[in-house]
Amino acid sequence: MRFMLLFSRQGKLRLQKWYMATAEREKKKMVRELMQIVLARKPKMCSFLEWRDLKIVYKRYASLYFCCAIEEQDNELITLEVIHRFVELLDKYFGSVCELDIIFNFEKAYFILDEFLMGGEIQDTSKKSVLKAIEQSDLLQEEDESPRSVLEEMGLA
Amino acid sequence: MSDVVEKTLTALPSLLSLDSQPGSAKLSSSSKLGALIRGITELTSKHEEEKLVQHELASLKDQVSSPNISMRQMKEAMVRAIYCEMLGYEASFSYIHAIKLAQQGSILDKRVGYLAVCLFLNENHELLLLLVNTVLKDLQSTNLIEVCMALTVVSQMFPKDMIPAILPLVEEKLNHSKEIIRRKAVLALYKFYLIAPNQVQHIHNKFRKALCDKDPGVMFASLHIYLQMIKDNPEGYKDLTASFVTILKQVVSGKLPMDFNYHSVPAPWLQIQLLRILSILGKNDQMSSEIMYDVLDESLKRAEINHNITYAILYECVKCIYTIYPNSDLLEKAAKCIGNFVISSKINLKYLGLKALTFVIQQDPKLALQHQMTIIECLDHPDIIIKRETLELLFRITNAQNVTVIVEKMLEFLHQSKDDHSTIDLVGKVAEIAEKYAPENKWFIETMNTVFSLGGDMIQPDIPNSFLKLLSEGFDSEEENQKLRLFAVDSYISLLEGEIKKLPQRFLQVISWVLGEYSHLRTDLDSARVITLLAKLLDMKQMSGETKTWVLMAMTKLCSGESSISIAQSVCDDYSSSMDTVLRQRAHELQLLSQDSALRGQLLTLHSGSEPLEVDSSLSFLDAFVSEALAAGAAPYKPPHQRQEELAQEKALSLEPYELSLPINMSSSSLTGRQSPTLMSVSSGLSGDSTELSLKGNTTILKLEGVKRVWGKEGYLSRKDPLEEVIQVENPSSPSQPTGTGGTPSDTPTPSATPEPEHGKQQLASSLFIGLGSQTSVFLMGKSDPTAQRIRRKVKTPNSSMAVTERGSVSSTSSAVDNLLCNNIPESANMVQEVTYETPPPYKTELDARLNEDLIDSTPSPVQSNGVETTSDKTESEITDKPRDECSSISLPAKLSGLPHSEVTSLCSNQTVELSACHVEKHDYVLLVIFISNSSDSDMENIHLQVISEQLEVSLLCESPLQDIAKHSMAVCQYLLNVRRPVVHFEVVGMLSYQTSSENQEVEFSYKLPLTSFVRPLEVSTEQYGTMWLAFSNDTKQNLALVTDGQDPLTDTLDLLKKKLGLHVVEIIGVEGIVACRLVQDQPCLLHCRVHGRTLAVWLRSPIPELPDCLLYHCQRVLEET
Repeated sequence: MRFMLLFSRQGKLRLQKWYMATAEREKKKMVRELMQIVLARKPKMCSFLEWRDLKIVYKRYASLYFCCAIEEQDNELITLEVIHRFVELLDKYFGSVCELDIIFNFEKAYFILDEFLMGGEIQDTSKKSVLKAIEQSDLLQEEDESPRSVLEEMGLA
Repeated sequence: MSDVVEKTLTALPSLLSLDSQPGSAKLSSSSKLGALIRGITELTSKHEEEKLVQHELASLKDQVSSPNISMRQMKEAMVRAIYCEMLGYEASFSYIHAIKLAQQGSILDKRVGYLAVCLFLNENHELLLLLVNTVLKDLQSTNLIEVCMALTVVSQMFPKDMIPAILPLVEEKLNHSKEIIRRKAVLALYKFYLIAPNQVQHIHNKFRKALCDKDPGVMFASLHIYLQMIKDNPEGYKDLTASFVTILKQVVSGKLPMDFNYHSVPAPWLQIQLLRILSILGKNDQMSSEIMYDVLDESLKRAEINHNITYAILYECVKCIYTIYPNSDLLEKAAKCIGNFVISSKINLKYLGLKALTFVIQQDPKLALQHQMTIIECLDHPDIIIKRETLELLFRITNAQNVTVIVEKMLEFLHQSKDDHSTIDLVGKVAEIAEKYAPENKWFIETMNTVFSLGGDMIQPDIPNSFLKLLSEGFDSEEENQKLRLFAVDSYISLLEGEIKKLPQRFLQVISWVLGEYSHLRTDLDSARVITLLAKLLDMKQMSGETKTWVLMAMTKLCSGESSISIAQSVCDDYSSSMDTVLRQRAHELQLLSQDSALRGQLLTLHSGSEPLEVDSSLSFLDAFVSEALAAGAAPYKPPHQRQEELAQEKALSLEPYELSLPINMSSSSLTGRQSPTLMSVSSGLSGDSTELSLKGNTTILKLEGVKRVWGKEGYLSRKDPLEEVIQVENPSSPSQPTGTGGTPSDTPTPSATPEPEHGKQQLASSLFIGLGSQTSVFLMGKSDPTAQRIRRKVKTPNSSMAVTERGSVSSTSSAVDNLLCNNIPESANMVQEVTYETPPPYKTELDARLNEDLIDSTPSPVQSNGVETTSDKTESEITDKPRDECSSISLPAKLSGLPHSEVTSLCSNQTVELSACHVEKHDYVLLVIFISNSSDSDMENIHLQVISEQLEVSLLCESPLQDIAKHSMAVCQYLLNVRRPVVHFEVVGMLSYQTSSENQEVEFSYKLPLTSFVRPLEVSTEQYGTMWLAFSNDTKQNLALVTDGQDPLTDTLDLLKKKLGLHVVEIIGVEGIVACRLVQDQPCLLHCRVHGRTLAVWLRSPIPELPDCLLYHCQRVLEET
């Protein structure tokens, strides 16, 4: 995988992970261009795009678009499932995830992603072990503000 | 996604506007980040946001650079900095602090520090060097989490040059007791393999251990590396095929822990990875493929649940089945699968179905026929992606009969497309098929007009180039050529008379060239009219300098007659003082020409006879100049790689005085002259049109041209003017030479594709899929075979030097073969022992076995039984039962049978044809002998065999091209191989296309030869060796193992090398030995060997940069084998 983007329906970037060396300016240009293309597509359309020399696989979950860039010979369908597994992981970790969780705890989302994909390749396909690794690191967290309890108060959990 | 999640997520948008949320204030009040996020969401304009973020960044900057900040505060600040960067604002001041945080923070701070580094920097960033020590420290930590973090950051980004520093530590982690560490270490090594494959070569055996790891996660991680390594070198990992198959079998039958299930499908990622590996291993390899058939069948069967993930596996299976050696049963199932995909109502599956169809259409054109109606529907699909993929599919099935319809569809798409990337791509494809299959001239010119107009200036530069080349070189029929050129001229004149503002620059360049070259063909066209039109172009504002140059050159060619001259002169007045030097030069040329009628008469005559230009590529005419320059103190010419090497060797300081280098610079610039616009334009300007021949005596001009062509390795030639190239190859010719008619079929009617409901679609289908059945030929994707594109072009007469005395193709009947066989078998078996190979080709045994069977079946004579013995010794154990009726067998043509040659290796085979090959080593070249044996009951016709190689020059030794092979007989083709660029193993790839019972078929094959087949002893004296040694620049040094079991290790070792590789031992003096060899055509390589204790220090030198390394590899192999 070359990169993964999460952005909202309003075109706000929520997460970006690049697995190829790209200059900052180029990144911005690519993100802008891709958001425009993906947001313009209608719901019933194909989840795959050919864009530049890459293949884009995207999927929308509620108000968030998950968007991956893969190479020509990679399997598009399995990439959709990579996205889905990532969503499942987020969901499990945050307890029914929503865009707010990702906005306010984006660094956690990054940690989960890093535990799931490493260097652009799937690292662990087992949901249990990904979450175990994350929780192990989290155990060290001092008892300060916990976003989770706040979510519970909001009635989201 | 589970239903619960789905519900929650769909309910969420209403919660998202933060202002209306009672909880949002609370949510964000707790942290500064929260405050920032909330602040931003409350803003209404981009401008306000910018102000706020800039303010935030300023305060962040103060905060992080204050000396009293705690690491915890730093962590918090870093998160905000990341957020600002994500919003698109630069926070580069924080990069260094991110590194500091990773270095000094407690474990949690460190995590954020590493994260920030990963997000802020990319692997080329110079600050990353500062992270190396931190990573080193963390890799040695006893805390698992720290080790994990370090490995994660390493796999995300690490400076390439620093890999050796941490490699041992990462390697060590492969033996760690925790599987999570082992897994991450494997992935980190995978990353290293990607960016610096050489550095991890020594740990390949450890990868095998990872592959056998008891934890499936580690095993899965190792597959990433294996996929990559196998892609790079499939031959090296054939032995693992069975293991991969076993793993896949276990996965498919659910032997892995439940944890790895994904929506009740066992480890789908693992399955897909394995399928990809298998498809590479099984490609062109029947033996490996046969091992896979069972498990592929099983995978197809198991994947029946209606879920995306099973489709993903199915899709990969299908790709694998069509890549490996075919199995009819599996192919049938795969075809059914593709069918299900294509007709699926799920759009993603439909897309993949089309993609799979595009992929397999080469092997199975009939599959497209089955789905033609679906394909037609997809052509009008509302989703542009589907449409695009359908066109891709059509591109692959284009033939002479459907080209007009397909091109029409493509152009239709192009008119709507807004995406540059796909426009460029599609325009290239239209140009390619139009050139290849054009039914008539008018259509071709009009299509190309559209291509140039739509492609604009982004068009790939080779499209106009090859179009102009086609026009100038033409087809076999001169009459057709003239017609085509006339059409072009007519069409361009009318274009120029119309709206010219919208024509792209590239198109205008093409137009000007064509008008300049060919408008004289239209006798009723006054050159003044053309010049007027061209002059009008010059007045346009958006004309680039380059295009103006083209126009001026066209005018130069047309300038004759009173009125044209006056226009030309007024143009010259405008441009002779232009700031653009090239343009100014052209204007001056034109001016000179228009004023001097004698010169015009001399230059602008039309030549009817067309002789090819002779290009002296050795530049021998410059010898005098060079020696003069050398005598005057100029430095000798050094090739670029040598200069680069020397530059690299010279460190920063140059202690030489400057004036020494000055004359060298001057001489080289005046010598090459290609940087100088004046010289360049003189050469190309005068070479335009038919002036070369009359100017041939004028050496100045020819000199300059020669220099430009040969020495322009980098720099100039890369941005060469397309016109110049065209001009240099064209042969001006007049219409007075009709040599026959009709190279192009022009009778195909253009079917109209009116979108009348069902009937229209049917009609469209029949016009699109015409020629896909069995009756006509299918031309398959031009992409893979660049030469096929020139199929209609004039075939150049082969270089006379290639026409060696050898008889090109020998067809022999089976009885003749049998006779030959009796003599040849023992001999070839002996020869084989002399020629050694690292990797025995997999099929030799099978072939030998078949030879045996033949011999046993036929009446045994003493000689024959002798032959049988020799071969059966080697193959006894591996004789496989092949119930095929063998009527023809394989032997070398009589003339070659006495020469050292390799074993005959089977390349590929199908029901009708079997291809095998061997190579014969002659004194100064290597011959590739390909045997085509027709084992079917029908004749093979229209045979076209094409053999190419990247590293070798391949030329056919043949008097008449191979046409037909009668049933049950065999033909032999010989190719002369010469080294273009040395590599360790050369690969020759080829394609055979033929017709049997009017059905078109194709097979592809590849053949490998080691470098050693090309190595010959170079017999020189010690003195000669000495002079050569000093003259050669590319060297390599390495220590090799000595052969120590004899009396004199040095002599033994050198003798071994001499025997195995065919080197010449020049002299042995004490502990030193000098050895010389050459590649077949005089590419020498010298070895200097010296004994150091138990090793042999070898120093190789050669004028060919790659040769020492490659030769060294083989020396190493030979010595390791003993």
